[in-house]
Amino acid sequence: MSVLEDQGPPRRTGRPPARRRGTGSGVPLALVVPALLGLGFLVLPLAGLLIRTPWSSLPARLAAPGVVEALRLSLFAATAATVLCLLLGVPLAWLLARVDFPGSGLVRALVTVPLVLPPVVGGVALLLVFGRRGIIGVWLESAFGLTIPFTTLAVILAEAFVAMPFLVIAVEGALRGADRRYEEAAATLGAGRWTAFRRVTVPQVGPGIAAGAVLAWARALGEFGATITFAGNFPGRTQTMPLAVYLALETDVDAAIVLSLILLVVSVVILASLRRRWINAP
Amino acid sequence: MTASLPVPPPAAGVPLLDARLIAHRGGFRLDLPLSIPAGEVVALLGPNGSGKTTTVRALAGLLPLTAGHIRLAGTTLDEPAQRRWTRPEQRPVAVVFQDYLLFPHLSVLDNVAFGLRCRGAGRRRARELARPWLARVGLAEYADRKPRQLSGGQAQRVALARALAVNPALLLLDEPLAALDARTRLETRAELHRHLSAHPGATLLVTHDPLDALVLADRLVIIEDGRIVQEGDAATITAQPRTDYVAKLVGLNLYRGWADGHSVTLRPAPAAGAGADRPFRLTTADQHHGEVFVAFRPAAVALYPNPPEGSPRNVWAGTVSSVQRHGDNLRVQVDGPVTAAADITPAAAAQLRLVPGSQVWAAVKAAETRTYPAGS
Repeated sequence: MSVLEDQGPPRRTGRPPARRRGTGSGVPLALVVPALLGLGFLVLPLAGLLIRTPWSSLPARLAAPGVVEALRLSLFAATAATVLCLLLGVPLAWLLARVDFPGSGLVRALVTVPLVLPPVVGGVALLLVFGRRGIIGVWLESAFGLTIPFTTLAVILAEAFVAMPFLVIAVEGALRGADRRYEEAAATLGAGRWTAFRRVTVPQVGPGIAAGAVLAWARALGEFGATITFAGNFPGRTQTMPLAVYLALETDVDAAIVLSLILLVVSVVILASLRRRWINAP
Repeated sequence: MTASLPVPPPAAGVPLLDARLIAHRGGFRLDLPLSIPAGEVVALLGPNGSGKTTTVRALAGLLPLTAGHIRLAGTTLDEPAQRRWTRPEQRPVAVVFQDYLLFPHLSVLDNVAFGLRCRGAGRRRARELARPWLARVGLAEYADRKPRQLSGGQAQRVALARALAVNPALLLLDEPLAALDARTRLETRAELHRHLSAHPGATLLVTHDPLDALVLADRLVIIEDGRIVQEGDAATITAQPRTDYVAKLVGLNLYRGWADGHSVTLRPAPAAGAGADRPFRLTTADQHHGEVFVAFRPAAVALYPNPPEGSPRNVWAGTVSSVQRHGDNLRVQVDGPVTAAADITPAAAAQLRLVPGSQVWAAVKAAETRTYPAGS
């Protein structure tokens, strides 16, 4: 067949026809320059962190008791907060996605408030409710002798407060995107709503729950404002990594840099795993 | 522990399923009386949007009735007037969905075991009970596969096994063969027939494919626009269609008219062209009086370039509106005082130089027509 005859529909295999006439044709300079500036603005501080890292004394600083303690507390509190978010947030997301109730729009708006609320305000609000004179705090102390503020539990609650919306939004989105006919098929086979939720819906939205949990965990790990307000800054009990970074900055800049580097590494690892999740998600 | 629902034997003379399905969906209204004795397979046939899926959803409990009732094996499942309503998971009803809806995260065996586990069997017991069902549909060695590793025909069989495993009093199949290619459909249809014949409960098969209905069902119920237009066994329906849709399904030319002995005056067809205002008469083999249907096969219609001579026949002039392949022959649509389909050989078509717009004469022998009363 001659080349001239080959004018059928465009072939679907192979590369698209090359249309390059000089590099970057069609990309306006007015967009490229600010785009590159923006990229630099995001990347340079991270590079600065790496450049200023005291690599020679790094192993010794990593092994320092305060660092290990803060890292251990941070990982524990963030994980506990994520578990709390999963236990309460997945059912909340299911309620928002599946049940039509009056005021569901208002509830959805309320759930997202901690996203935009300054974390310090969140901490103050938590103090007012769970503090020793707070509405629930008074009752907790008189009934159980339980004091929440300035404990590790307060750290977990503060982190869960700011992290939960991330989980709820991610899971609700996954639930709305899931094919509800699988739940109907389960119902016709004799599955009640709880069984269908457990055995069909949760596996179906598993990637969404995982993505939401990772987002919530990362947000909890970095939490600062609500934590320092509600839980204070006691090494070993409530001093998480971000708090330790802030404190170290005033006395020992190199220590602050090392702590920041750890948080950066953890964040990048989380981001990488999250990206894979998103790409693999069906 | 038994994993099947107790289904009491129905009293003699009472059908297993006795339903009057009245449901609304937007502006659409379904009103369908339906009763199926144990062991019978009923095909529900109808064009798109006629209410087939609504029927399945109402019976399965996925869509509440607005009026009417559903009684199955002596139990009322849905009756709005009595405020009776049974949730889908508590009905002894199983569904084979059009695209099967096998749970993608479960193995084939666990898909079949799903309903048994929901009905109280433990994990091991449910798997034990599911295995024979998988073997019955010939997929025992696929137990550990995931649904995405199955072909369309295999997935269909797993969906059937999953539905039959719970021993439903009513089995619903929603277009069970529609997603399959032609060859797989042929094999799967034969196998499906075997399983449906063995099912002791009532079976409702929803389809738009007349062949599925004719092969698989004992009785056909044909609905259009939410209402039954014809009901009966395959032989009656194929011989005496009562609507254009049914006539098209079974491949007949169908007309409604007024009979007076061997002559039938037809109602003018809405699509008819020139001469539609004049009443058109057909001479028929059967004698009738009153409102009748007249039907004849497309192969009984002969086409001529000039007015044919000879024995008294039904002859009219028309215009070819389309020519399409139909098996080994060509199906020619002829507009005129009546519209008719004619099947002719490609050789005859070439001789007549048939193209859309050609003028032809159509003829049908009276002996080729069938006439039957239109009734109500």
